[in-house]
Amino acid sequence: MMEIGLNHYLVLSTILFAIGLVGIMRRKNLLLLFFATEILLNSVNISFAAISHYYGDLTGQMFAFFVIAIAASELAVGLGLLIVWHKRHGTIDLDSMSSMRG
Amino acid sequence: MFEAIAFYLFAFLTIAMFFITVTTSQALYALSALAAGMIFISAFFFILGADFLGAVQIIVYTGAVMALYAFGMMFFDTTREVKEKKGNKFIIIGLSTLAAVMVVAIFAAPLVSHNITALYPMLEGAGNTQSVGIVLFTKYLVPFEVAAIMLLVAMVAGIVLAGKKMDLSLTLMNAEEIKLMDEEINKKVLS
Repeated sequence: MMEIGLNHYLVLSTILFAIGLVGIMRRKNLLLLFFATEILLNSVNISFAAISHYYGDLTGQMFAFFVIAIAASELAVGLGLLIVWHKRHGTIDLDSMSSMRG
Repeated sequence: MFEAIAFYLFAFLTIAMFFITVTTSQALYALSALAAGMIFISAFFFILGADFLGAVQIIVYTGAVMALYAFGMMFFDTTREVKEKKGNKFIIIGLSTLAAVMVVAIFAAPLVSHNITALYPMLEGAGNTQSVGIVLFTKYLVPFEVAAIMLLVAMVAGIVLAGKKMDLSLTLMNAEEIKLMDEEINKKVLS
């Protein structure tokens, strides 16, 4: 109990990932959906750093860096698209994005 | 002892903050809870000895990402309450199945990976930042440069998308409106 091992971090990462999944499932506002994706990426980063520490390998930290870079660029493009959508339609709810239904 | 106390404290704080993020109906509460959760996550990186990763986490997430979110929220109407989806039985079943599979995978993973040896082991006598730099600029140089190009592309896309005239779509306008717009632009150029 007092000795923190790899499994502790992996369980924590799973809990945070499940919270992010719940957020993705129940949100309808696209900005809050972005928040949930950030939670997913961060929970994966925790398990990368923990595995890197407990196996004495730096590859996990490298992957965490690339995940952070991808999250930053995804956010820049996504927020730009959201601003365009809000200018055109005045809302960022998922229900408004059904013009491709035919 | 202290590691265990710090781990449980920050685990509780992080889970609480992210739970607030996904359950609150106010976008501003969600934003500030997310920022707090990001900072608490960097504490795990410091506990794990990944000092550089923790510093990057604080700088990038709570510095850049949260500033971008706050900037984006100025555009949107965030004062009203956020509507939620109605509960769906299939979603709940799928979520619980996925979470159960992940827990099983976590406890099964050490059984198959006990003979893993480090490919790029930590260097003796070098700090975390130093060894990260050595590995990043030798083994991961090409992915690093590709990530730099990707960030540049994302920056250009962000500037273009948030710029002027992007609220008009030529495919959604009819011919007269496009003609009117062209005439206005020509007037501006000539005058």
